Parts: sequence; C-alpha cells; structure tokens
Amino acid sequence: MKENDQPLKPEALADDPWQQLKGFTRARIALGRVGSSLPTREVLDFGMSHAMARDAVHLALDMDQLAAGIAELGYDTVQVHSCAPDRATYLLRPDLGRRLSEADSEKLLAMRSASPIDLLIVVGDGLSSLAVERHVHGLLAEIKAIFPPDWSTGPVVLVRQARVAIADTIGELLNARMVAMLIGERPGLSSPDSLGVYLTYDPRTGRNDADRNCISNVRPEGLMYAAAARKLLWLARESMRLKLSGVALKDESDAVEIEVQAVPRLPGESA
Amino acid sequence: MKYSHSVGQVHYTFTDLKDVLAKATPARSGDYLAGVAAETYAERMAARMCLADIPLRQFLQEAVVPYEEDEVTRLIMDTHDATAFAEISHLTVGGFRDWLLSDIADSVTLKRVAAGITPEMAAAVSKLMRNQDLILVARKCHVTTAFRNTIGLPGRLSVRLQPNHPTDDARGIAASMLDGLLYGSGDAVIGINPATDSIPALMDLYYLVDEVINQYGIPTQSCVLTHVTNQIQVMEKGAPVDLVFQSIAGTEKANQSFGINLGILQEAHDAAQALKRGTVGNNVMYFETGQGSALSANANFGVDQQTVEARAYAVARRFSPLLSNTVVGFIGPEYLYDGKQIIRAGLEDHFCGKLLGLPLGCDVCYTNHAEADQDDMDTLMTLLGAAGLTFIMGIPGADDIMLNYQTTSFHDALYLRKVLGLKPAPEFEQWLMKMNIMDAQGLVQPVRTGHHMLQNMPKNLLSAA
Repeated sequence: MKENDQPLKPEALADDPWQQLKGFTRARIALGRVGSSLPTREVLDFGMSHAMARDAVHLALDMDQLAAGIAELGYDTVQVHSCAPDRATYLLRPDLGRRLSEADSEKLLAMRSASPIDLLIVVGDGLSSLAVERHVHGLLAEIKAIFPPDWSTGPVVLVRQARVAIADTIGELLNARMVAMLIGERPGLSSPDSLGVYLTYDPRTGRNDADRNCISNVRPEGLMYAAAARKLLWLARESMRLKLSGVALKDESDAVEIEVQAVPRLPGESA
Repeated sequence: MKYSHSVGQVHYTFTDLKDVLAKATPARSGDYLAGVAAETYAERMAARMCLADIPLRQFLQEAVVPYEEDEVTRLIMDTHDATAFAEISHLTVGGFRDWLLSDIADSVTLKRVAAGITPEMAAAVSKLMRNQDLILVARKCHVTTAFRNTIGLPGRLSVRLQPNHPTDDARGIAASMLDGLLYGSGDAVIGINPATDSIPALMDLYYLVDEVINQYGIPTQSCVLTHVTNQIQVMEKGAPVDLVFQSIAGTEKANQSFGINLGILQEAHDAAQALKRGTVGNNVMYFETGQGSALSANANFGVDQQTVEARAYAVARRFSPLLSNTVVGFIGPEYLYDGKQIIRAGLEDHFCGKLLGLPLGCDVCYTNHAEADQDDMDTLMTLLGAAGLTFIMGIPGADDIMLNYQTTSFHDALYLRKVLGLKPAPEFEQWLMKMNIMDAQGLVQPVRTGHHMLQNMPKNLLSAA
C-alpha cells in the first residue's frame, strides 16, 4: 500500500487537493464536499449561475435601446414580431416563433425593393436576450468594418420572440440574396450569453437546418466578434460564389485560429 | 376494433389504438405540440378507461406505425415471442397492470415474460399507472449486463463518468475524469461527448481514456459518443473501442434522420463484439433515447411521444446493450414543459425499459428554458433510485460545459448511494477500496495531495499537478 494513498481524517468541509486542475477546464471540478454533499458556497454559486441563465431566457429585450445602438453604427432598423405573443407561448410553440405576424409581413412587403439586397441582417432575441443585448452591437461593428463595399445591405430587422427560421421568411419578403440571423442561443449554466449566427442563401419560408451555416458561441469568452465577423463574411462570399448554403458549403475559413482562441489558457501559459 | 367509452350522457370515441394511447397519456407539452393529446381532463380519463379494456392481443393485430412502412414495427412484430407472451395473453391492459403489481409477478416471472411484451403494451400499461406503480414494478425487474464489470445487480447503482470539454482538450477531459474517479464515479462507462467528428481527433480520445483505464487498472469501459459510422471507421483503424454508442428513436424515419438503420447498428455491434475487449461479459452497445426525438424529426406518425420512446427500446433490446438511457429533460420545454412532466416521463421511460428487459439508466436533466431546477432533479433521481435505476450520469458540479445542460453530478451519485444504501458495480467497488477512494462502508475518503492518481497521469497530462 502506498503511504500517500492512505486516507486523511475526515473533516466537516473537505477541500479537494487537486485545485490546480481547475486551470485545465472550466468544468466545476474540485468543488470539495461536506460528507458527500456540496459545500454551501458551491450550492449558492450554482444557484446564481442558474438564475442568470433563467433571466437570460425570460427578461424581455429592450428593442428600442438596441435599435438606437445599431443606428449609431449607421444602419437603418425596423422592428417586427413573430406569431408568438409572449414568452410562455414562445417556449411551448416553436412553430409560432418561426412565423412572422401578418401585420409585419405586410409592413416588410411594402418595404421590398426591386433590386435585391445582397446580405440582409436580422437580429432575433431567441432564447437569450442577454446575448443580444451584450454582443450584437459589437459584432455588427466588426461586420460593418469588413463588409464588401460592392454589396448592398438592407435595414437591420429586429424580431421579438424569434426562432432562427423566421429570418428566411424575412429575407424572402425583403428580396434578399442571403440573410444572416444573429440570435440568442439556448443559455448554458456557464454561458448565459452565447450569440449564434445563421447564414442562408436564397432565403425562403420552409428552408431547414441543412440549408443554413451556423457560427455559434459568439462572445468574448468564446468566439471573438472580429473572428466571428471574418467567418461570416468568408461563408457569405463562398455562398454567393457557389449559390448555396448549408451542408454543401463546407466551412474552411480560419477554423484553426478560432479553435485556438476558444481553448482556455492556463495561468502563465503563452497563447 | 372500435374504441369508445361513455360516461353518463357523454360518449367518447377514438379513431384507432394510437389515438386511445395518445389521449390516455398524462398531459405533456410535446403531445399538444403534435396535436394528439386529449382536449379535456375527462376525455383523458375516458381514454384510459377505454384503454384498460383493450386486450393485450390487440397490440399484435394493430400496429401504431404501419408494418409495411417501418422496420421498427417489423422488428417488434417479427421478433415477438409467443411462448413468453402465453402467460399474459389473456389479459387486458387494465388486467396487465393488476398482474404486474401483484406478487405473482416476481423478478423471475417478469424476466420470463419480457420477450412477450411489446413496447406498445409496456407504454399502454404505464399510462394506467401512478408514479408509485411505475417505481414498484420497475424495482422488481432485474436486468444484469457485463463488459469489464457487472452492471445492474440489485442494490447497485452505477455512474457514467461524462468528462466533456467544449474543445475536446485532452487535459481538460483528463482533469474531469480524475475528479470523477476520486469521487467514486465511472463504473457504468467513461463516456465522452466529443465536440469534433474528425477521425484523428476521435482516435486521440479513445487512446486517452484507454490509457487511463490501463494505467490504474480500472474495471470499467470507455465510449466516445460520436456517430456510429465514425465508430465503425475508428474500429477499422484499430482504435481501442470498448462500447459502441448511438442515439436511437422509435421509428425508421426518425432513425433515418439520425443517419442510422438496424443494419448499420448490427454492423457496428458485430465489429465491436469481434474485438473481444470485455473481460467478464461482452455486451458492447450503449444507446441513448428521449421522448420527443421522433416528433422533432417529423417522424412520429401521430403516435404519442412516450409510446414512440418505448418503441426505441425494441431497437435497443435487439442488440443486448451494456447500457441504455433516456435523456429525459434534454430536448426542451416544447416536449416536457416542467419538473412535473420531466419527472413523470423519467419514471415511465425507466419502467418501460426495465419491463422490456433493458439495463435502463437515466440522464436526469433539464435545460435552462424549462420550468425545472435542481430540486426537481433531486426528486427524480431519488424516485428512480428507489425504482432500481441502473445508472445515472456523473458530471463535475452537474454542469455540462460542452452540451450546455444540467445533469447529475458526482456528488449526486454519492448522495443517492448513501441515502438508499446502494453500491457501485462489485468489481469497481473493489477497485475503489483498493485505491483508498472508498471505505468498506461505501463512504468516499479524503484524498492526500500525494495520492498516486494525482501524481501519475499518463503522458504527464496533468503534470502541473
């Protein structure tokens, strides 16, 4: 029997002697225990994370403030609503969140221009208003900075109670060649504010997941705004060239660079 | 057969067997979404009363998904064991409930008739059962399987150690693995959900877990939960594959949406068995299922989500898996809205699986957009523990940072074992005691900084420690 493997005398709160492993992962390791249960500090910490994720789902997005911020970047904005009247309905009926309200369908149709929009940007609250509130402005600024000068873009369409597919309907109504949907993703306990970006070529009602390309986990702790913007524009250029999006459009952009950025660094380790 | 029931002046009619089943189902959001649920409380009870009088034999005559169109239906009908069924063939669904709860139906009897029970019969009777009925009968069903240890013995509760990492970082995975092992988890399987599906990266994961298992002589098995076709590829390349994993569903069309069919599963099963890596048994498959998956693939054929889920267990049963679990709260509130619905579904799935002879575990879990929290998970895991659940998940702090949902933790497993007097798989239990991680009473021991598991990780993976 190895001497170091002999157990210690139990105490009320047993800290785990592998704290340093926390540097390798953001998983909740080495939490310690009281008996076999979680220490109070960890129960409370978990409870706060869950509370933030719940708030991200249920707190309504301040669309006016968002619109004002986007206008400062030089974009026109237009606000619309899905067929899901409120959050409770939205959560139970994903089909309603994919459908644009009738009044807003007419509103957008009236705005339709004869010449197509190259890349239309739509913003939806999705399952995390927090993600939209925190990251849409920053991401749009980066997109604008590298947007192809010969491409047209329409107004940024802001959608309440939105699911991803509603952007396809909006793109179709506004005569868009491509649509990029920026939407709050299903919040995780450690990531209540992940923004997702979905690109569809030739958007039409009835498109499915296989027709879209997805860039996920856009936030400073995940994929940075600038990298996400580069990835989106890379995909959009390829999409325009190949006249398609989705599974047939393989993402061969700067994947390596992005993966490296997503790995949490150890203290003192160089990037 | 005509399906109807009258209560006083009100006459309820149902179009077919699947309509009765759907309307008899306890309320849940996914059946409303599918448009198959009862419209009133009274209609739901009338459907249950109608269901109670339907003979079990009728389930062999009337398929809920057409035989000609669906290989899962064909599997269910063609492999039905008439001899095993003989003992219960005279019963109605209501009579079947009474029989199951009676002392005639002991563990030996239940095992004998399992092959005569179809998933639809199991689902049907569950709809007439209260939660305590689901617990009591499931507890009588003993399903034992083996690979490098023995899973499912009475009085045992195993844990799948799930050391996921959002970028498959080897050190991140190793750190979570070590955390779990030192908390006594990992006897069901050490199973990683990979972020990547690149074959070389998957190979690295197999070698990583295999090396940890070998280094410490752990009597357990590994699994990388990638698509089954990837697992066939890595086996061809010589990777050390213990268990083959696949998510499965209850209709051919839903399985198609997962990119699988019975033939592919058979091929993977045979390839894994040929490797002969098990020491005390050779159950090589690991399946996951969950209510709502068929509807989300638009492949439910008007059948309620719980009945389709039970049909997935017929697929699983075909391949004698080491492990199979329902991922009960993962899919979201449009299928199971809140804690009450998740708890009910977890108990139903466990009951149906065990009755059909599967080593059923449960990923007791929820997402942040469901009306559920840790208290609901505590309730469900405790009920399932009382029901004789085969295994639960073990994740650091219940927080899966790769899949973004909350499941059960290493601490939860210790709680359940302590409160219900349950032990790990016997071979793993011996190993935990030998390593001074657990004492003879089953209590986890405080570990010294110098414990050799903290010092000697393979390839100096965690040398910073």
